[in-house]
Amino acid sequence: MTETRGMIGARLPRPEARRFVAGNGRYTDDIAIGGVGQVAFLRSPHAHARIASIDVSVAKASPGVIAVVTADDLAAICTPWQTKLAMLPSHISPEQFPLARGEATWQGEAVVAVVAESRAQAEDAIELIGVAWAELPAIGSIDAAAATDAAKVSTQLAGNLGLDHVFKAGDPGTAFEQAHVVVEHEFSFGRQTGVTLEPRAIIADFDARTRKLTVQHSHQVPNQMREIFAAQFGLSFSDVHVITPDVGGAFGMKLSAYPDEMAVAAIAILLGRPVKFVADRLESFVSDVHAREARVKSRLAVDGDGHLLAMDVAVLSGMGAYSSYPRGSLGEGLQAVHMSAAAYRLPIFNGTLRSYFQNKVPSGVLRAVGQPIATTVTEQLLDLAARKLDIDPADIRRRNYAASDEKNTRSAAGTVLSQLSLDRCHDKLLELMDYEALRRDQAELRQQGIYRGIGLAAFIEQTGVGPALYGSQQVRVSAHESCRLSLEASGGIRCATSITDQGQGTMTALRQIVGETLGVDIGAVEIVCGDTTSAPFGGGAWASRGTALGGEAALRAARKLRGSILAIAGSILQAQPHELRIEAGKIVNAAGMPQLSIADVAARAHYQSHTLPLDDLPPLEFAETYAPRDLPYFVSNGIQAAHVEVDAGLGAIRILGFWVVDDCGTVINPLLVDEQIRGGVVQGIGAALYEQCIYNEDAQLENGTLADYLVPMASEMPDIHVAHVETPISATTLGARGVGEAGAVAAAAAIWTAVNDALSPFGAVVTQQPITPEHVLDCIDQAKS
Amino acid sequence: MSDPAGELHEIAFILNGETVSAAVSARMHLGDFIREVMGKTGTHIGCEHGVCGACNVTIDGRSVRSCLMLAVQADGTHVETIEGLTQSGIIADLQQEFVARNALQCGYCTPGILATAAEMLNGPSLSRENIREALSGNFCRCTGYHAIVDAIEAVMARRVEAAS
Repeated sequence: MTETRGMIGARLPRPEARRFVAGNGRYTDDIAIGGVGQVAFLRSPHAHARIASIDVSVAKASPGVIAVVTADDLAAICTPWQTKLAMLPSHISPEQFPLARGEATWQGEAVVAVVAESRAQAEDAIELIGVAWAELPAIGSIDAAAATDAAKVSTQLAGNLGLDHVFKAGDPGTAFEQAHVVVEHEFSFGRQTGVTLEPRAIIADFDARTRKLTVQHSHQVPNQMREIFAAQFGLSFSDVHVITPDVGGAFGMKLSAYPDEMAVAAIAILLGRPVKFVADRLESFVSDVHAREARVKSRLAVDGDGHLLAMDVAVLSGMGAYSSYPRGSLGEGLQAVHMSAAAYRLPIFNGTLRSYFQNKVPSGVLRAVGQPIATTVTEQLLDLAARKLDIDPADIRRRNYAASDEKNTRSAAGTVLSQLSLDRCHDKLLELMDYEALRRDQAELRQQGIYRGIGLAAFIEQTGVGPALYGSQQVRVSAHESCRLSLEASGGIRCATSITDQGQGTMTALRQIVGETLGVDIGAVEIVCGDTTSAPFGGGAWASRGTALGGEAALRAARKLRGSILAIAGSILQAQPHELRIEAGKIVNAAGMPQLSIADVAARAHYQSHTLPLDDLPPLEFAETYAPRDLPYFVSNGIQAAHVEVDAGLGAIRILGFWVVDDCGTVINPLLVDEQIRGGVVQGIGAALYEQCIYNEDAQLENGTLADYLVPMASEMPDIHVAHVETPISATTLGARGVGEAGAVAAAAAIWTAVNDALSPFGAVVTQQPITPEHVLDCIDQAKS
Repeated sequence: MSDPAGELHEIAFILNGETVSAAVSARMHLGDFIREVMGKTGTHIGCEHGVCGACNVTIDGRSVRSCLMLAVQADGTHVETIEGLTQSGIIADLQQEFVARNALQCGYCTPGILATAAEMLNGPSLSRENIREALSGNFCRCTGYHAIVDAIEAVMARRVEAAS
């Protein structure tokens, strides 16, 4: 018998992990479907070109080929879509088709699809397609897009500017004039991409008799995709069935409606047979959304005691050829502005954002969207100010943290804050890392020509995003989460949830919440998710919402189901329900004696309810839906620290240690939370030191393989020490805030500040990401000259 | 024109303890053969450039990237995929440790990492730093590697203790 009290907060392993370690994961490409046609795409070799003509006659005769499909073939099946955000009417994106129609606007855009018996045969046939291209000027960099005489990224666009946005709080002029210290800095953030290890994958099948479309999809949000497939293909909502099986990583990258995936579903309808597409790594690099490309100019005014007075942030953001559907490509820039200095008291803020279209892969969501940029800019400016004032970097932060106790305030840049614990996280971090000792060692080693740096980065993470975000933009993305919880006839508990899980472990967190509330072992809780037919409607996995919102819905449903179980048990035992409780699957009486099992109660309720002395059988299933109402989102907070050594001769950076103290409210399972944080930290370290999509002047991606695009591997990564402060959010009964993006929000900032701390004896400051050895050496040289 | 797949080649090898024989085209790599012809989907394809290690299997006891080896090259060898490694029980302790420590998230890289670790556990005991070094051919996007290193280190220590 397992202890079922205290399950919330316990380090319980995930039941599904046993399947994964045995090689029994079932990812989209693992699903066997008879007669499936394999799809491969001819992708544009040019960043911008008019498609004069396409000759598919030879390809059609190639061995194994079932069909060769162009945009014109799909026009009758799929209407084009266009990203529009109601609150930002000046932002519109070109109309997008499943396959490029008349014009290709980035290198890698899918132009022709070949369906064959095998993927290899489909690829062979692609070689035989003749496309007459007329090259057009290609816009790669943000500067090229912004130039006054710039060519247009798309003939559909009036200009390349996608958004011009200003946010002001107070008058910055006088603050900067009267400040004791003003520091300025320029930042350049390279393009990155998600590099989920399982590439994008989709299997679509269309039953022409019933006109029902079934899609198995490596995706985060099945309900969003059902909505989009139905709308673009003119099908009723109920005729589209989307299933997301095991998903091998997502990180926001699998939130978009990708045109090539829309093409696969449309081809299934066109051909009336199952078809499948799995991106290979080369095409992942040129078709998965990219992220982060931005340049930021910023300055900070500080008084003589190191208190923040005013901040200016000007962000230029690169969006690529389209604004990703349906959520848009503006989030990165908007978050970079609005999350600036979110962790600190700041009276005056002036933020501007200009987002530009480019002939590059569309940008989109990647873990923590814009928040790493805001955090890096803020933390680096703080360090520069501290250095000028000769205040310790830890001290300047400690003096400025946003108030911890208020329930619903806003940062200067407009971020809603609630019940923070930055000061407590800060104190805990310094103790955990033994900050004083590291500073002493640093000073001693500098005498020996060893340059070590200690970098701090406090952060706010936006989590548990509710309906206010996309609802007000009139984007049809659900932001509530639902749970349908039932007592099965077997005595088991079935928990159908709108949340999806791509490895976060959310399903285990739900099992713990339901298990503790009902007094049953997590093994007794069956999870149903990732299927639009059997799971309830709701958002799925994005913006660190799963446990915070889906967990609250599950908790509320579990409390109601417990009421029904105890009412039935009470009637059987001739006892008052409130005198009974459930422990380890047993109904226990007031004296603490087990009387019945839940299975007994279930059997009586489902098979012999006529024998129960009750007027009505209480419900055996409850559906609860939760969306935050008083807050647009929850915020988590915390602080991270990096300890690095910079080789001043080689420019190489070695990470010696990394620490995180995080407050995500009630921790449901530290085993899950710690790995979420560590995974995010490693992604942030990758951003800071390794990852970048390198484009040449013709907007050709030059590093489209994993051999050329560097990702963090085990040997370069440090041990990552994680500790928690728990401040439950009062908006929910559960008290959990999100944690999915915490690691990524501040890790790159901690690396930036650590590297610059190490370089401070040279007076050098790095200004671009990734911080390559070449850049470090350039900065040292520049400082010397 | 001729079929680019070309002529077929007869191969035979031991896969997870059972003899398999097949006629394959020269261009098919071992990873595709294992997944598509043999239906063993525990081996995952990640990069097809030999960087990510998701497709690692063991061949004659050594971990090998099945995307960098042609199926014809496996002729006459002993190949173990995650299904075979599981069935034989030789890494049961490691698998248990991965589960207990949540040393995996999406699980996609896990079979390849276990194949690498299986070879590691056959060799001399390694320091934490050397475990990281030996793991540096396996990309994991979800975890921070920390728990994976913990799990391998713990099993290595336990096996050394049991052997002494």
